[in-house]
Amino acid sequence: MIHSLFLVNSSGDIFLEKHWKSVVSRSVCDYFFEAQERASEPENVPPVIPTPHHYLISVLRHRIYFVAVIQSEVPPLFVIEFLHRVVDTFQDYFGVCTEAAIKDNVVVVYELLEEMLDNGFPLATESNILKELIKPPTILRTVVNTITGSTNVGEQLPTGQLSVVPWRRTGVKYTNNEAYFDVVEEIDAIIDKSGSTITAEIQGVIDACVKLTGMPDLTLSFMNPRLLDDVSFHPCVRFKRWEAERILSFIPPDGNFRLLSYHVSSQNLHPLRSTSLVAIPVYVKHNITFREGSSQGRFELTLGPKQTMGKGVEAVLVNSQLPRGVLNTNLNPSQGTYTFDPVTKLLTWDVGKINPQKLPSLKGSMSLQAGASKPDENPTINIQFKIQQSALSGLKVNRLDMYGEKYKPFKGIKYMTKAGKFQVRT
Amino acid sequence: MSANSAFNEEKGGSSNVGEPEYGHDPASGGIFSSDYKRHDDLKEMLDSNKDSLKLEAMKRIVAMIARGKNASDLFPAVVKNVACKNIEVKKLVYVYLVRYAEEQQDLALLSISTFQRGLKDPNQLIRASALRVLSSIRVTIIVPIMMLAIKEAASDMSPYVRKTAAHAIPKLYSLDPDQKDCLIEVIEKLLADKTTLVAGSVVMAFEEVCPERIDLIHKNYRKLCNLLIDVEEWGQVVIINMLTRYARTQFLNPNMNESLLEEGGGEKAFYGSDGDDDEEEDKDEKDKKKAEAPSVVKRKPYVMDPDHRLLLRNTKPLLQSRNAAVVMAVAQLYFHLAPKAEVGVIAKALVRLMRSHSEVQYVVLQNVATMSIKRRGMFEPYLKSFYIRSTDPTQIKVLKLEVLTNLANETNISTILREFQTYIKSMDKDFVAATIQAIGRCATNIGEVRDTCLNGLVQLLSNRDELVVAESVVVIKKLLQMQPEQHSDIIKHMAKLTDNIQVPMARASILWLIGEYCEHVPKIAPDVLRKMAKTFTNEEDIVKLQIINLAAKLYLTNSKQTKLLTQYVLNLAKYDQNYDIRDRARFIRQLIVPTDKSGALSKYAKKLFLALKPAPVLESPFKDRDHFQLGSLSHLLNAKAGGYQELPDWPEAAPDPSVRNVEVKESVPEWTKCSSREKRKEKKVEKPFYSDSEGESGPTESADSDTASDSESGSEESGSGSESEESDQQSESGSEEDEEEEERKKKKEKIKDIFPLNISVCLADHAIFPLPVSTNQTITPSGNLKTYELLHRITGEGLSVEYCFSRQPFSPDPHMVAVQIQFTNSAASEAKNLHIEDAKLQSGMRMKEFPEIGHHRCTLPAGETVSVVMGIDFCDSTQAANFQLCTHTRKFFVSIQPPVGELMMPIFMTENEFKKEQGQLMGMNEITEKVTLGEKCHGEHAVIQRVTTAANLSRVPCGSDKECRFAGKTVTSGSLVLVSVVTKDNGAAQVTVNCEKMVIGTMLVKDILQTLTQ
Repeated sequence: MIHSLFLVNSSGDIFLEKHWKSVVSRSVCDYFFEAQERASEPENVPPVIPTPHHYLISVLRHRIYFVAVIQSEVPPLFVIEFLHRVVDTFQDYFGVCTEAAIKDNVVVVYELLEEMLDNGFPLATESNILKELIKPPTILRTVVNTITGSTNVGEQLPTGQLSVVPWRRTGVKYTNNEAYFDVVEEIDAIIDKSGSTITAEIQGVIDACVKLTGMPDLTLSFMNPRLLDDVSFHPCVRFKRWEAERILSFIPPDGNFRLLSYHVSSQNLHPLRSTSLVAIPVYVKHNITFREGSSQGRFELTLGPKQTMGKGVEAVLVNSQLPRGVLNTNLNPSQGTYTFDPVTKLLTWDVGKINPQKLPSLKGSMSLQAGASKPDENPTINIQFKIQQSALSGLKVNRLDMYGEKYKPFKGIKYMTKAGKFQVRT
Repeated sequence: MSANSAFNEEKGGSSNVGEPEYGHDPASGGIFSSDYKRHDDLKEMLDSNKDSLKLEAMKRIVAMIARGKNASDLFPAVVKNVACKNIEVKKLVYVYLVRYAEEQQDLALLSISTFQRGLKDPNQLIRASALRVLSSIRVTIIVPIMMLAIKEAASDMSPYVRKTAAHAIPKLYSLDPDQKDCLIEVIEKLLADKTTLVAGSVVMAFEEVCPERIDLIHKNYRKLCNLLIDVEEWGQVVIINMLTRYARTQFLNPNMNESLLEEGGGEKAFYGSDGDDDEEEDKDEKDKKKAEAPSVVKRKPYVMDPDHRLLLRNTKPLLQSRNAAVVMAVAQLYFHLAPKAEVGVIAKALVRLMRSHSEVQYVVLQNVATMSIKRRGMFEPYLKSFYIRSTDPTQIKVLKLEVLTNLANETNISTILREFQTYIKSMDKDFVAATIQAIGRCATNIGEVRDTCLNGLVQLLSNRDELVVAESVVVIKKLLQMQPEQHSDIIKHMAKLTDNIQVPMARASILWLIGEYCEHVPKIAPDVLRKMAKTFTNEEDIVKLQIINLAAKLYLTNSKQTKLLTQYVLNLAKYDQNYDIRDRARFIRQLIVPTDKSGALSKYAKKLFLALKPAPVLESPFKDRDHFQLGSLSHLLNAKAGGYQELPDWPEAAPDPSVRNVEVKESVPEWTKCSSREKRKEKKVEKPFYSDSEGESGPTESADSDTASDSESGSEESGSGSESEESDQQSESGSEEDEEEEERKKKKEKIKDIFPLNISVCLADHAIFPLPVSTNQTITPSGNLKTYELLHRITGEGLSVEYCFSRQPFSPDPHMVAVQIQFTNSAASEAKNLHIEDAKLQSGMRMKEFPEIGHHRCTLPAGETVSVVMGIDFCDSTQAANFQLCTHTRKFFVSIQPPVGELMMPIFMTENEFKKEQGQLMGMNEITEKVTLGEKCHGEHAVIQRVTTAANLSRVPCGSDKECRFAGKTVTSGSLVLVSVVTKDNGAAQVTVNCEKMVIGTMLVKDILQTLTQ
């Protein structure tokens, strides 16, 4: 399966290598560098690159390429999914997954990689098991370790690996027992020039932070479970129970985890009307024009709230890639700050909160290359925003119950809507 | 300093020396000025007594390995620490060892004994990790040791150790492919394992070692299907992929009737030119039809095999997995195996994956592209999910375009084209080019929009971006070929473009177009040639070739105007740098310019050049990719990757489905090794997690047409599962003390409750006296138990009786030797009331009779065989036990005499314990004999096997491979029996037996000598 792993930074240096079978020379990465050169953008490097003797499968996260070397047939998604799992684990352990963090913790990284794969086949990828085997470095522990010479490696043997609930450690104890659930929805949309919605869909997740003593068995029920017809679960969720009663029943992992993710497309919200009616929470009025023969262009942009169920739209950020012909801009925001990078031609407007009484706008002119003909492409506008305390799809948790333990846990549920890939074409 | 310089030389050979950035590493601390000094320092630290220093050194070494630096010269210093008490040091040493053992084979051998000791550890996790490291050391010499360890671990009672054994199989296989046959045996054994922990790993081993041995799967098929949901994610992927292949060989094509009906119907006729529809499928179907047509009519309608249904039903929930690889695996399974009507369910899941990381998107889109050619309807409802955002990476955009093009039909083409229009304005020019190609394909596939598309593309010809124009020209050229008559104005328009367009491909396309249709533009064509002749020398090669073509065609149609021009062009070409162009010029001149010598061909020149050319077919690059298993690497690359297993075609007729039936009886546990206390403790863990809902009801998915037959097989399976669990517990308790007998009886009754069928009878027998299915000596396979005759068929008047020493602990009385007796009634009539009477035993000997056979069923019917187990306390002597064996009509005098090797049972010892005990049994108690080994008896493995066959002893780990040690104790008195065999190179060996009971010792030596010399 997976033969070796190379970590490559953005400047093209291999800064870590790990082999699970016999050693593969790092020169194999030359094929990767070639592909990297050919690609215009970093994310355009093909994820699978065939070479005469090996195949390279890579993922790009946090500006680091994780390049796995494969020698024979294996489902590519298997490798890609595993590499992402590796990155998630690093992030979980070190807080960030940067070159510096990996270099600082190279021994822990190596120990982790050693446990995660055996002979190229995944062995322990569940974060709870790994944490039993290798304790994550904390500042306190690093200090203690240097003084006392004790280790990161778990002293007791990891029994989690043998358990039927491999995602949960045994013997968990907390003084405050709490379970928090965050319902986070992201809206992906494409709005066309005239302001009508081309596609809109909601990607939701329920992230949990569960700190409960012992082996609690939780059930979570919804007011409107019918919304969730396209879901994927954490392995802890009992699928049969969901199928039969539409209730989430599970023994939770300890700590942070993603309980489920779901997808609401316009179709399943309104089965009778095929056009999209996912409520779009903001609207954009825009007027971006270039005149033939003139070296000036007009730029006008106004944002406004729409169907937000009375909640405020916050943390609004507008991005737009302007045409190559634009030399500079002279714009005037009614609120917030804007920047324009003349090299990358990226316009960024940090709006902040939208005040429905006084709509934020950005107006002014763009200067174009003199003599050049008018650009025939129009920029698209990408918008980010947040709406607290509301889930756009209307999903509501009904109740959370706990069985199997005696104490009364503290429970909390939070809703939030965010813009995902929210794009306005002009 | 001489040592240092030598060291430097040695380092010079390695690739990355003296990296200056080394000091940046926090672990190295940057104290040391140069390389050699640091290494010396590391050696010192490793030799010190302090764990903290060792740890520090190991951390630095691992950091070096991680950066790809050579640290092999530290091998001797590191390997010494392999037995270090500190866990982290130990782990890091393992990391080092696995990395460098291959380069330093001899030194690596020093560490082996540590792992061998670890293999015997009472803690399962230590056993597992020892096996893991041992099997990762790629040193060919230890192959036999690895093989032995794997075999032993495969029957370990801890599922975790068995999982590790499964992982070790491919490692050994890659080290020494000759072990294949032995490994297949192990795989077969592990495939029968019923725990979810093992299932994924053993299937992975199966796929790497013997994917062609599909027959090994039959008996485990239903179990694998039922366990699937509880297996860990990675295992699920491997199992699903394997089962897809399996199902293709064992079941019938669920779509065979449909595909016949469909043929010649609807869709295809509609798109006269629909190139990228399932041509291959068509062919297949036709072939199939030819073969099947006569039989299909007569054949009963297709009914899905319940096992096929079981697979589809049990994989479906996994579409909800969070792991993209699992979802993809299920999707491909459905695509390849499900009836057409059911495939639709996977679309939603695949569309959901598109929200994931861009690499996942890339792979999923590749597969969707292939699927959407075959099953367009499936993705049509999700058309909008494939719309392109300006922020997508180009490779994703291009794939989405591909899918959109595949999904286009008359109803949605207008929306798709409108969408394409916005894409053309994108800033990403590669993407714009791909969009124009896509428009071209839509135009060829859907006749109604051809004109619209063509007009749109012609408008693009005035685009400011040259790339866009060039791409449009290329596409227009293809479209025009389909109906050139109506479009002479477009050709004229394009002729004008030659002044401006510089992209060679586009210029070449225009020239070809003008040449091909020069009759439609008789005035313009010669003028274009004139201009081209002027610039000929500065053109690219492909353009030059097309200029020559144009000249030739014009010469043939309009020689009056163009004769001179053509000559001129051909002359220029004659002296071109490129030999292709020179060749072409020479060839064309001979062909078109009439000379005296010109051959017969020149007459046909016009026919040759101006023949009607078929219109090109614009087809998807993903067409026909589905002959590769979807989701595979080979599919993604559209080329066979190493180790790819072809997806077989459906069989014409279904193979016998009964091969998958599992006999309920054979599920007796195979491990009896560790102390029963530990066994019980670990046992509790093994209950499958999701069994809460499944236990009673079996798989409960509703309303399939074949539920009846299905649920039957399902429950039978789950039945056998739980039964084995029960009997596991039975055999465990089999080795317990007497006081647990009551509990056992209760369990027995429970079994009877669960199985009101007649199997309960024989189960009950097993429960009291566990049958020896395999011995606890891993090296002696079960077949090696020697059987002795107790009563011959003739003297017994049709009743023959054989016995063997099962080497299992006899649970009712630990001081007795278990003797398994097998009755075979080959007489014509039934034998009744088999029992034992009138035992004449030496003083002190005792015997525990087997319960009267015939008690339950009253008879041993003719032709049947039954086994029972009795216990005899031989008082540690080889005196025979005499008794009478009675049936309802006759009595037979028989006797059982044990070989001395059967009077003992194995115990576990470490090397040190062994040495200590041996030291206490010197003098009179020690017997030493020299022997020359028999011809077939060379090598450690052979010695071990011979000795353990001769005597019921267990192996004691030992550092040297010249010496084999065994330990055991006598059954009655518990006196130690220690055996060691030291082999020498010349085939001689020395056998030493230490035992308090000198008689036993003497006899044992004789037996061992005999077996070794054979």
